[in-house]
Amino acid sequence: MFLRNLLFLSMVTIGTLTLGFNLIPPRHGLPPTPSNPESYQVDQFQGTVKQVDASFQKSWSADNIQAALPADELALARRLSLGLMGTIPSLEEIRQLESQPAGERVNWWIDHILQDRRYSDYLAERMARAFVGTEDGPFIFFRRRKFVAWLSEQITKGVPYDQMVREVIATEGLWTEKPATNFITVTVQNDKQNQPDPVRLAGRVTRAFLGVRLDCAQCHDHPFAPWKQSDFEGFSAFFGQTHIGFQGVYDGPGEYVVEDRKKEVKRTVAPMVAFSRDLLPKDGTLREQMASWVTHKDNPYFARAAVNRVWALLCGQPLVTPVDNLETEAPIAPALKILADDFSSHNFDLSRLVRIIASTETYQKQSLSLLDSSGLAEKAWAQFPLTRLRPEQVAGSILQASSVATVNADSHLVTRLIRLGAQNDFIKRYGDSGEDEFDSRGGTIPQRLVMMNGKLVTERTGGGAFTATTRIQWLASEDPKAVELVFLAVLTRRPTPEESAFFEEKLQNPELSRGQEIQDLFWTLVNTTEFSWNH
Amino acid sequence: MEPLGRRHFFRTSASLAGASWLTPVGQWLACAAEGIAPGALPPKTSFGGTASSVIVLWMQGGPSQLETFDPHEGSRIAGGTTKIQTAVKGLYLASGLEQLAEEMGSVSLIRSMMSKEGDHERGTYNIKTGFRPDPTVFHPSLGAVVCHELPNGGTEIPRHVSILSSQWPARGGYLGDKWDAFLMDDPAGPVPDTKSYLTKEREKKRMEGLQFVEQSFAKGRAKRVEETLHRETIRGALKLMTSEQLKAFDVSLEPQSIRDSYGDSAFGRGCLAARRLVEAGVRCVEVNLGGWDTHANNHQFCAANNKILDPAFSALLRDLRQRNMLGSTLVICMGEFGRTPSINPTGGRDHWPGGFSIALAGGGIQGGRVIGETDPEGKEEPKKQVKVADFHSTVFEALGIDHKKVNQTPIGRTVKFSEGDPVRALLDA
Repeated sequence: MFLRNLLFLSMVTIGTLTLGFNLIPPRHGLPPTPSNPESYQVDQFQGTVKQVDASFQKSWSADNIQAALPADELALARRLSLGLMGTIPSLEEIRQLESQPAGERVNWWIDHILQDRRYSDYLAERMARAFVGTEDGPFIFFRRRKFVAWLSEQITKGVPYDQMVREVIATEGLWTEKPATNFITVTVQNDKQNQPDPVRLAGRVTRAFLGVRLDCAQCHDHPFAPWKQSDFEGFSAFFGQTHIGFQGVYDGPGEYVVEDRKKEVKRTVAPMVAFSRDLLPKDGTLREQMASWVTHKDNPYFARAAVNRVWALLCGQPLVTPVDNLETEAPIAPALKILADDFSSHNFDLSRLVRIIASTETYQKQSLSLLDSSGLAEKAWAQFPLTRLRPEQVAGSILQASSVATVNADSHLVTRLIRLGAQNDFIKRYGDSGEDEFDSRGGTIPQRLVMMNGKLVTERTGGGAFTATTRIQWLASEDPKAVELVFLAVLTRRPTPEESAFFEEKLQNPELSRGQEIQDLFWTLVNTTEFSWNH
Repeated sequence: MEPLGRRHFFRTSASLAGASWLTPVGQWLACAAEGIAPGALPPKTSFGGTASSVIVLWMQGGPSQLETFDPHEGSRIAGGTTKIQTAVKGLYLASGLEQLAEEMGSVSLIRSMMSKEGDHERGTYNIKTGFRPDPTVFHPSLGAVVCHELPNGGTEIPRHVSILSSQWPARGGYLGDKWDAFLMDDPAGPVPDTKSYLTKEREKKRMEGLQFVEQSFAKGRAKRVEETLHRETIRGALKLMTSEQLKAFDVSLEPQSIRDSYGDSAFGRGCLAARRLVEAGVRCVEVNLGGWDTHANNHQFCAANNKILDPAFSALLRDLRQRNMLGSTLVICMGEFGRTPSINPTGGRDHWPGGFSIALAGGGIQGGRVIGETDPEGKEEPKKQVKVADFHSTVFEALGIDHKKVNQTPIGRTVKFSEGDPVRALLDA
C-alpha cells in the first residue's frame, strides 16, 4: 500500500513538472542558423543564375518591357518564407536576419529556411497534393500522414528528387512500413478485391512527374499533343502486375486486360511508353522499368515538370500554366529549360534548384512598378507577380503574426496543438483551393468575412495572455516602437512616416485602452491586401 | 412556444402576393431596382413567360439517366429498373421519383444530351459553361452570365449562390471572379462569420486605418490591387453583415409544413433556401447533391439519391407555383454526364457522355415535353441529339439573354455566350 502511494505521488510530481516545463518553456534567444556561402559559388551555380536572368532580359527588351527595381531584403524574406514554409517571418527571425552583415542577408535567409523543419514539412505537403491528392483515400489501405512525413524526411536528408520519385513509383511492401507505397494504395478499389487502379496511377504519374495530362486520352485522343488513347493504355499497363496482398504492395505475374466499352470485348495490353523508348530499361519489375524511364536524365519532361512546380511554389505562379500540363500552345519561357538542364545535370538536387531560382534577379524584383501600369511586366516576369495566398499560408501567417517567437516544429507542444487545430478549422472556412492550384483568382466575400469576423483572427488579435498584441503592449512602452513592431510582425516591414504618424495619433485616443488600440492596429493590418497577397 | 412575431410575420407575408416574406424595406428595394411599383412584381404565368432567375439542381458525379429521367423498363440495359406513369400521358420516369411524376406537367426532359467529356472535372466545366475546357480562355458558368446580364434586383446579398458547394462550383470565368458563386453549407446553420462584435465607432475606426494602409500598398500596383477585388469584397462583406436580406438564408423562418415537404435533408433545405433567395432577388442558385458517381451498386445508390431528390425537386416546383414564381424561375436538374447503358461486373454504371438527360421546368420553358430518345438496347446513337451548347442557348433564350452576344476576354479574344442553337420545341408554345 505504501509503495503504491509512493508511486502515485511520484507520478503526479513527474506529470506536474513535465506540464510546467512545457507550459513555461525556457527563454533563451535562438542562435542564428549557420549558413553555407560556398553553395552559392559551386559548379556553374552563378552561371545558371545569370543565364536565367539573361533569357528573361532578352525577352523584356524584345517586347520593350520596363523591368521593376530589386525588392528590399525584408520583402524577399517574407516572399521566401511564404513560398517555402507557408508562413511569414517572426519578429524573432527578423531580428536575426537584420543582425547578419548587409549583402549576405538573403543568402543567409535561404539557408536558414532550407534547414528548417517547416520547409521540409511544407514542401512535403505540397508535393503530396500533387502525388496522392488531398482526399483521405481508402480506409485501412492509405496513410496520408505517413506518406507526407516520409516525403518530409527525404527532403530533410537531401535525397535527390529522381530517387524519391523512383521510390514512390516502384517500392514494394506494406504502406505502414514503407510509406512510399501509399502512392499505389491510394488508388485501391474496394469493389475490385482491394487492388490498385492502373488507370489512375498512370494518370498521376504523367501529371505529377511529367507535367503531361495523358489521362485526358483515357476517353479521347489528346486534343493538342500527339498522345493517343492507346499510348495511355500502354502506359497504364506498367501497373498491370502490381498487386496488394498480406505483405503489402508487390509485383507479380499477370497481364493488363482492358474492356472495350463500346464493343464489350476484352483485350490484353502490353506495357509501352509513348516516346523516348530507348530510355526504357529491360530489367526489373514493370514498375521499376517505368520509374527508371520517368526519372531518366534524358526524359525531357521529368526535370521540367519539377522545375515548373518549384518555380510555382516560390513565385505563386508556374512558368507554364496549369502546373501539371507542359503541353501548351503558348510560348514557354526559355528559363524552364535552362533550370531543368541544371537540375538534371546536378543530381536533381532540390536545395540547389531553390537556391538558384531564389538568387535570380528575376525572382528578386519588386512586385510594383512606377513605370509599367499595363500589367505586361508582371506577365513577363519583369515584375514579381501579386498572387493570392493559399488558405494555409494565410492561416500560418495569422498564427505567426500573433506570436512574437517563431512558431516552428521546435515550438513547444501546446502552441503547436493550438496552431494545427486552428489552422484546419480556418482552412475549411476560408476554402481550400484544392489539390494543387496556382490560380490567379481575386479574393471573395466569404474569405473577407472570415478575416473580419472569424474565430481565428478575433482570438489571435485579441488581448489573450499569449498573443503578440499583449506582448507588444508590454514590450514597447513608446508608441512609435509599438506601431513599428506591429507592422513588422504582421507585414514584415516598417511603417512609412505617414503611417507612423497616423497610427501613433490613434494610440493617443483616450476613449480606448492602449491594448484595444494595438488590437485594432493588428486587425487592420491583417485585413489589408498586402497581408493576403504574396508580393 | 412559437413567438408571436413569427406567426404574425407569416400572416403578413401571405397577404403580399408575390413579394412573400420580404420585409417592407426589402420588398421596396427589390421593386425599385427592377423599376416596378411595389406589389406589382412582374406578371408571372406558369408557362411561356420569361425567366429572371435560375435554380440549378446539380447532381454531382453524373446521374444515371436510366434510373431517373430515361427508364427503359424490361430491356436488357435497365437491369431491373421499372418505370412509373406521370401526370403527362405517355411520359414515364424511373420509379423512385413518384412525387416528381405528379409535377411533370411543368417539367420537360431532354433525353439526348451529347457531350464529349467523360472526365468529372472536364465534364463539369462543359455542362456548367457550355464550352469544352480550353487552355486559352476560361468560360463563365451559366449563373455568372445570368448575374452579369440581368439587372441587380436590389439585392445586398450575393446574387450568385452555391449551396452545399461541390468540388467545382460555378465560377465567373473571363467575366471576373466577382461573378463566382458565394459558397455556403447546409442552410440549417447560420450564414457563417456575418456577426461583428464591435461597436459601430470602433469598426469605423478600423476601416479608416485600413484605407490608409491600402493607399501605400496600391502605389505602383494600382491596377493589380484593383484586380484583387480586395476593396470590393470588404464593401460587400460589410453590406452583407448588416443586411436584412440575410434572412433569406434562414429556412427556419418557414412553416414546419413547408420545411417537411422538401424532405429532411441538407439538399432539401438547400432547395428551400434557393426559393427564398430567388425571392430576395438572387439570380442564380446552385444546389448540389453528390453521390451519383455509381461505378458500383448503381441501383442501390440511385434509389438512395432519388429519395432525397424526389421530395425536394417536386416541393420546389409546387412551392414556386403557389407563390406565383414558377413563370419567372427556371429550374434545371442536371449533372456532368450520364451513365453507361451496360452494367459492369460490380453492378455499377460508368461515365457516359453520349446520350444523357437534363430536366428543365418553369420560366420560359414549356412543360410536359420530351426531346430526343435513347436506344432501349443502348446500341444506337440517340435520336434528335442536343449538344451542350444548344442546351445553353435554350436556357439563355428562356432568360431573355442574347446567347450570340460577343464578349471580350481579358486578353482580347472574342467569345459568344453560347455557340449553340436553342431547342425551339422547349420554348415555343
